[in-house]
Amino acid sequence: MTARVVLPGLLRDLADGAAELPVELGAPAPLSQVLDAAFEPWPILASRIRDERGEIRRHVNVFVDGEDAKRADGVRTEVGPQATIHVINAVSGG
Amino acid sequence: MTQTIVGIGTRKGLWFARSEDRRTWQVDGPHFLMSEVLSLLFDTRRETARIVVGFRSSHWGPSLQHSDDLGATWVEHPEGSIRFPEDTDTALKATWQLVADPHDPQVVWAGTEPQGLWRSADGGETFELNRGLWDHPHRPEWGEGFGGGAIHTVLPSPADADSMLVAMSTGGVYNTRDGGRSWTPGNTGIHAYFQPHDEWPEFGQCVHKVARDSATPTRLYAQNHKGVYRSDDDGVTWTSIEAGLPTNFGMTAVTHPSRGDTLWLVPIASDGERIPPAATLQLQRTDDAGATWHTQNAGLPKPSYTNVLRDAAGVDTADEPGLYVGTRNGEVYATTDGGESFTRIVEQLPDVLCVRAVTLP
Repeated sequence: MTARVVLPGLLRDLADGAAELPVELGAPAPLSQVLDAAFEPWPILASRIRDERGEIRRHVNVFVDGEDAKRADGVRTEVGPQATIHVINAVSGG
Repeated sequence: MTQTIVGIGTRKGLWFARSEDRRTWQVDGPHFLMSEVLSLLFDTRRETARIVVGFRSSHWGPSLQHSDDLGATWVEHPEGSIRFPEDTDTALKATWQLVADPHDPQVVWAGTEPQGLWRSADGGETFELNRGLWDHPHRPEWGEGFGGGAIHTVLPSPADADSMLVAMSTGGVYNTRDGGRSWTPGNTGIHAYFQPHDEWPEFGQCVHKVARDSATPTRLYAQNHKGVYRSDDDGVTWTSIEAGLPTNFGMTAVTHPSRGDTLWLVPIASDGERIPPAATLQLQRTDDAGATWHTQNAGLPKPSYTNVLRDAAGVDTADEPGLYVGTRNGEVYATTDGGESFTRIVEQLPDVLCVRAVTLP
């Protein structure tokens, strides 16, 4: 089964233009593992979303099936095998 | 025909002003739009000049990139140029300083937030954390200035390859004499009026910028959060040189690249009034290592309520050096007569965070 990581337009250039990245999952897995797999070919893209500790950056939000992972269990949030994961830039700045 | 390039790092991107005569300028940019450009290095030690830039996006985090074609294309290291080692459990926030080593043409130094010193042996593509400073027992007690806890000044000694000064606000000055293995605070004589119990602490001073004299490498100047100082013993002890200045507050300090005892400051009224003194944007120049000062403001706006940040002034490398000063309201002023007259070369940019310049043959 395939989970999907959907990228914001601003970051698609870092994934050769892909709007979403498929991740094959046989069973539920932590978000960190899914993101590691999705971004494995594109380390610069990975660094835009998570810092070197693996934490999601302050003004980036990751939603797992519509639920904000930061309000759940962060990168330890469980992801189902057919989940849709949205990466979006938070509404902030001036 | 020589070309002078002024790199202008702002709150929302990087611009370049380029000129063949330093009178007419062509401006290109923005590069890294919507990123704060805090540090910039023109590295002329290589066969082809390299530009190294440290910037951060509030969304996508910090990055460091370099260009070997004067800004036409940029390269980002896929694994990240500066990454805190896993055992530090720390994430990089920003690179505040990029400096060429005077002894090894491959070595570039970086100062970061959180307070780290980093050494690159490949011209700024990858860096290694200096553990001597990171493991210093004082580090947990270093504070954070308004801008965050960052090493904002890195000054390798041109005379001694094992000697270097770094500075941070609010931690003060630290020196190494053994190639970075050990570090000693060098703040004797610098006043920390804001410390409630000890106004002359061993460390914790809010130094804003340190500059090294071009003729006498063991002579240094410090612009502090209230206080202007000179050291004649390579950054160990300091004496005040603020007599004769309109104020003792400011952010930046720039030494003349070839004339000793010559320094420019940009005074600010006070920490509670961060505007130019008497609303007159001005530089203060000394030619006698701080004994006397004179005001330079011809061509600068008046009244003015802007400000010049710690790295928002820099000199080029021409025989008669140009000095470039960037303001928080997005303007850059240039002088090629040592500050006696200024012309505005750029306007209407975002607020300027760093200015660096180079003259290429």
